[in-house]
Amino acid sequence: MTGSIATGEIILVVGGGISGMTAALEAAECGKKVVLVEKSPTLGGRTALLYRYFPKLCHPACGLEINLRRLKGNRNVRVLTLAQVTAISGARGDYTATVKVAPRYVNDNCTACGDCERAVQAEIPNPYNYGLDQMKAAYLPHAMAYPQRYVLDPSIAGTEDGERAKSACKYGAVDLDMKEDTLEIRAGAVIWATGWEPYDAAKIQPYGYGLYANVITSVEFERLADPHGPTGGKIVRPSDGKEAKNIAFIQCAGSRDENHLRHCSRICCMASLKQSQYVREAYGAEGRSTIYYIDIRAIDRFEDFYQKVLKDPGVQFIKSKVANIVQDGKTGDVILHGVDTEGYHRYANSHDLAVLAIGMQPSVAAADIPAEVIADSSGFIEGALAGSGVFGAGCATNALDVNRAVQSSTAAALRAIQVVNRVARAEEAS
Amino acid sequence: MGNMTELNEQALAKYRNSFLHEVEERVEEGDWVKMCMQCGVCAGSCTFGPHWEHSPQKIFMMIRAGKREEVLRSDSMWMCTSCYNCVVRCPRKLPITQIMHGLAQYAHRLGVAPKMQPTRDLSLIFWNNCIKTGRVNELRFTLSLYFKDGLMAGIRQALSMQSIALALLMAKRLNPLEFFKGHECKDKAGIHRMLKKAQEIESRRQGAHK
Repeated sequence: MTGSIATGEIILVVGGGISGMTAALEAAECGKKVVLVEKSPTLGGRTALLYRYFPKLCHPACGLEINLRRLKGNRNVRVLTLAQVTAISGARGDYTATVKVAPRYVNDNCTACGDCERAVQAEIPNPYNYGLDQMKAAYLPHAMAYPQRYVLDPSIAGTEDGERAKSACKYGAVDLDMKEDTLEIRAGAVIWATGWEPYDAAKIQPYGYGLYANVITSVEFERLADPHGPTGGKIVRPSDGKEAKNIAFIQCAGSRDENHLRHCSRICCMASLKQSQYVREAYGAEGRSTIYYIDIRAIDRFEDFYQKVLKDPGVQFIKSKVANIVQDGKTGDVILHGVDTEGYHRYANSHDLAVLAIGMQPSVAAADIPAEVIADSSGFIEGALAGSGVFGAGCATNALDVNRAVQSSTAAALRAIQVVNRVARAEEAS
Repeated sequence: MGNMTELNEQALAKYRNSFLHEVEERVEEGDWVKMCMQCGVCAGSCTFGPHWEHSPQKIFMMIRAGKREEVLRSDSMWMCTSCYNCVVRCPRKLPITQIMHGLAQYAHRLGVAPKMQPTRDLSLIFWNNCIKTGRVNELRFTLSLYFKDGLMAGIRQALSMQSIALALLMAKRLNPLEFFKGHECKDKAGIHRMLKKAQEIESRRQGAHK
């Protein structure tokens, strides 16, 4: 950064997933100064946990890599990880955000060699695989992690394991004395891009998630198919490791339901259509998927992909919202009960595995955002208040796929740029 | 009964092609029917599911399709046990149980409900018993139920239950004198006035006085 700029010309981006990264980069590449704040130890968010994108079945690693490349080459963006915005005060053109930064216990000497990981014994549930497996308490979040720097879980700070990590590190990167820090960041505009989280499947009581091992969510299935996932890319069932060749996909698991999420989560139909193709790729003619649906919502150009899957003899469509699931104690098979809307036939179908196409909810409900925004009835940001400089982006504003989240973020970046430009003009005039 | 059939003919004339409209206006909670999105969770969740001819999901679609005779003459809605499983699971929060009872009651008022339907028989016996004095006379209620299919069937039914009756008698839970005169509520006339008023309101809604 050459020269000094007014703090009102800075754009604060909250959330480092695909939306926050996009908004930050679009603004930075227009020459604006950006501070990008991310709660977890790495950028990439939920996009980094996908195996493939629909409809082209390409790998998210590709797009993420391009964005990380843009980020590394841009001097206008400052990235803070393990950082959480707890308060925002001020008005458009002059905001002050309070940011809590949690200790990483690893400084920038880290070369990501992995010696600390090998030395540490404690294991914790792996959030990057949705808790399907365990990982060491000294870890690199995932292969695409940015920054490429290890993290010590707070649970081992001050234990023998912490000391083991410290003594294993050849570069003096482990710093067990790091403390939580509080920063104040001043900015002219704020882009809120805190993204989404899967709905708590255990709340859909008749489906028995959490009760039956072979009922999993679509985000977990995504990890099963991923070579970097808990099974090394093998589609097997959690109860006994048996190959899952006959899989049921249950649509609207939580979505379009007044008892759970009242909105359509928009991505789940496409996600299941996509995942049916993982099953075909893994098991060929033996791989069979059954999609239980109310109606398939493959919007605009996605219709082509839907038509392609419709022609696949390995994929069967049953128009019915499944009423309940029971897991057979002996075989581990799941039995789905319901009534087919096309003919009103009662069924009890047996499958190896049931995948709930789980709904999307905002990870921070609009009411909990420490700035005033207009919220919709699902807790998404519907819009900015008149005269406000706080804008929503990506899945914080609606249930969106990656493509639409990126569009939304570009729009938010433009709004923020307009605010800081006004501040810049006022500065010049004075 | 003649009046009821007349009511049926009036309704037919008024709503001609729109049974959905008729249900919306005249059946309790009937305006919810259009909200059904045909997902099938009610049908799959029904504890009596396999035993009805038409599931709630199917009945809602039949209403929209204008299948008036098939719906109103069906005994399906009389099979509802009011377990409310469908209501708690319905993603659109339709009051399905209430609609089933509303349809049954409407069919009864029109005089087209199926004859010899046990739930309907029981409901009628219960209703006629309890509106008399404002209290249910359990002894008479039980006996009416036993003897509804004739004298011999009643005696057979009563004999088969005699050990339970004796036990109830010993435990002072059954007073044989109730057969002659049961205990009544304090303001019997008030109850009758209230019921009359309620009937008027309902008849107005269901088009009897139009």
